Amino acid sequence: MDYSQFLNMAPELSLLAVILILFVADLFMCTDRKSGRGILNTPLPVILLTVHTLLCVAPLIANCQYSVVNGEAFGGMYVSSAMALVVKAVLNVGTIIVFLTAHEWLKQPEMANKQGEYYILTLFTLLGMYFMISAGHFLMFFIGLELASVPMTALIAYSKRSQESAEAAAKYILTALFSSGLMLYGISLIYGTTGTLYFDKVAPMLADGSMVTLAALVLFIGGIGFKISLVPFHLWTADAYQGAPTAVTSYLSVISKGAAAFVLFVVLTKVFAPVIEQANVLFFWIIVFSITLANIFAVRQNNLKRFMAFSAISQAGYLVLGVMGATPQGLTAIVYYLLVYMAANLGVFLIISITEQRSGKILISDYDGYYRTNPKLAFLMTLCLFSLAGIPPFAGFFSKFFMFMAAFKAGFVVLVLIALVNTVISLYYYLLIVKAMYIKPNDNPIAPFKSDGYTRTGLALCIAGVVLIGIISWFYAYIDQFAFGL
Amino acid sequence: MNITIDYFLILSAFMLGAGMYGFFTRRNTLAILISIELILNAADINFAAFNRLCQTGIEGYVFTLFSIAISAAETAIAIAVMINIYRMLKNNYVDELDTLKW
Repeated sequence: MDYSQFLNMAPELSLLAVILILFVADLFMCTDRKSGRGILNTPLPVILLTVHTLLCVAPLIANCQYSVVNGEAFGGMYVSSAMALVVKAVLNVGTIIVFLTAHEWLKQPEMANKQGEYYILTLFTLLGMYFMISAGHFLMFFIGLELASVPMTALIAYSKRSQESAEAAAKYILTALFSSGLMLYGISLIYGTTGTLYFDKVAPMLADGSMVTLAALVLFIGGIGFKISLVPFHLWTADAYQGAPTAVTSYLSVISKGAAAFVLFVVLTKVFAPVIEQANVLFFWIIVFSITLANIFAVRQNNLKRFMAFSAISQAGYLVLGVMGATPQGLTAIVYYLLVYMAANLGVFLIISITEQRSGKILISDYDGYYRTNPKLAFLMTLCLFSLAGIPPFAGFFSKFFMFMAAFKAGFVVLVLIALVNTVISLYYYLLIVKAMYIKPNDNPIAPFKSDGYTRTGLALCIAGVVLIGIISWFYAYIDQFAFGL
Repeated sequence: MNITIDYFLILSAFMLGAGMYGFFTRRNTLAILISIELILNAADINFAAFNRLCQTGIEGYVFTLFSIAISAAETAIAIAVMINIYRMLKNNYVDELDTLKW
């Protein structure tokens, strides 16, 4: 056996090493032990994950010969590419920010003996997404998908005494099982017609475009659409987001969604290339309904986490816009959109989380008069919301622009027009929160509070992303150079 | 009598349909879980039958093994969640899970 193939999966191995170190550290350093120094709650995981991220991006920065990162393991079941590495690095940065979000929540006394579990479960879902991103075979893809969704259930049910948390987990796991069962049936149909499950070997055999192929396509889109929470498969989203602890919600809203969108692009271009016309028809309606319905439902929410859930469904619709046409430009747009969306969305969740920890308030109406008591946080939240809505100087405008451009060049003019109209509607409901914070009077606003260092670091990272990514123009070009030959 | 692939496909399609019907109509979370198992096993039957009768190699069998293991893990965590709910509500009917809506 050739052991050097394991070098091709360096990111997975180093992430696994991080998990094992945390696992052992949890035994000895947990804060509920006498010798525990509390290093596990945040410094250690963040430092380890930062080192791991630097190891991931090192081959991308050191030399621009992307061929060095192209390789495969297990006879082609695992395929690594430069673009996959970029996505993994983006997910890593997102996870670091989520860990910074979680610090205050995990610091509570009743969480003392459960801190380690949170980090380990989160990193295991990240590992599953890694395998999903780099899959070259349906088995590896399916295992990665399940490795990402099974620990996620445990994370959603993390607050053991809270009925909402348990209910959200039940809704999540039942719909997740249903959709993955349907997807498994679709994969079995692919196997039946082609006799293989390797992504690059399946495509030539699917060329006939028969009913069985189309059934497999629909079942596959159902399974992955559940992960990205696109509209016919979105019903779990709002409940899971509201019931889960805020740090878990922020992870759920960005990281798992981004990984699934990338995989959707890869599988559509590699496997379903012969039936891409039919897939585009499906995605046209999925995107239209995702963006429009989510926008309508978001307007009538009062719980901020639930509001962000519908915002996330709508943003997922924009994210999948890059899949239309399956061009390299679309791929770049997806990764760039993911990065920008991550910065803005995690920024909002950092503020929701710290406010919830300090005051216990989560409703939009509680945020009335927020500006008078906490002007800095209100201002930063406004920046993030503007970026989510796509107002020009912020990164959100540029990511939406590139996304629309990719879809427009691929020839989907009507779709781009509908998405544009919906951007205006989304601006309305994002501004509802800004209005609550700045204009609405409130006799009993959230009391002023000081946020801790971890939250501040996370906010600084997010705001840097929101303000700078759009302005530093080589960033898009840098990602773009990896988007070829997929 | 010669058993062809059609028999297996009809069986698995029936199991898929029964599973989906059960998923939408059952009110007990455990019954819903059993319905989902029917769907997963329908896919497993497909894999094994396709491998035995249509394709060469063992790819389908291997996939079946992995998918059985994965569905066992999923079922375990789903039951853990349901036990947690049972402790709070003293029953496990989905009609009672109505704190989060709209």
